[in-house]
Amino acid sequence: MRLEGLIHERLRLGIVSALAGAPSLTFVELKAILGATDGNLSVHARRLEEAGYISCTKGFDGRVPRTEFRLTEDGRRALRRYLDHLEALIEATRKR
Amino acid sequence: MAAGSTANLKDRAEEDLRFIRDAMGRGAAFTCVPGRGGVAMGAVGAVAAVLASRSGSPRAWLALWVAAGALAFGIGVVAILRKARRFDHRPAGSAARRFALALLPPLVAGAALTAALARAGSYTFLPAVWLLFYGCGVVGAGVSSVPVVPAFGGALVLLGLAALLWPHAGNALLGVGFGAGHVASGLIVARKHGG
Repeated sequence: MRLEGLIHERLRLGIVSALAGAPSLTFVELKAILGATDGNLSVHARRLEEAGYISCTKGFDGRVPRTEFRLTEDGRRALRRYLDHLEALIEATRKR
Repeated sequence: MAAGSTANLKDRAEEDLRFIRDAMGRGAAFTCVPGRGGVAMGAVGAVAAVLASRSGSPRAWLALWVAAGALAFGIGVVAILRKARRFDHRPAGSAARRFALALLPPLVAGAALTAALARAGSYTFLPAVWLLFYGCGVVGAGVSSVPVVPAFGGALVLLGLAALLWPHAGNALLGVGFGAGHVASGLIVARKHGG
């Protein structure tokens, strides 16, 4: 059974899952939730953004730069597919 | 497939599901605190502080604050449920449950101590008790929330300590904490964290 490759990676799965639980999260919030480093989070968030799974809005909060992420419909569908795969996998192993 | 690797697959899938559920819960924690509800609770606190300062007796003062507390608590519960519904979160989800579990014990302990002190006719330190217990609850509940929530809890604890040192200013300190504090923190949450 092939799992959704892009979000199978742990940090990307964490980003997509956290965003599925909130309307939007900032870079700083995601970093705190996932315990990730700046570099790691940037790299994986960019890959998800390139795939169209998350959207990114850059702005300022006063003078402080603020990057905000949202899960797109494609991202939500990908997570749903991934969850379906996992459930099917657990169900299949239960029947053995 | 060997039994061992089948078990490994199942374990990995279950571990992934737990990870997803946990990440979703932590993401939701950033939004389950209602900003506009906090502002409304603050408005109740501010009005209660003004009315309570004019009350004729300690019993009337206590009755007014108890009524205001019950009203604010109701507003808070409704606001959390409405916000959860707006963002399609389960109100009984892990984030909301964690929040409630951390907040409720200090509230229950504060209510019990209030009843005991009121029965003994000792009203002087009630503002300190309320600010300290509610502050501790908000700090604990806010650990997994946006930074403004535990910061608000910390401010309430400081106000509670001030109420211990200057009990005659207790009612005003309640107005600052339950009124202005709720309004200020609520406005920040509403502006930055989804209403």
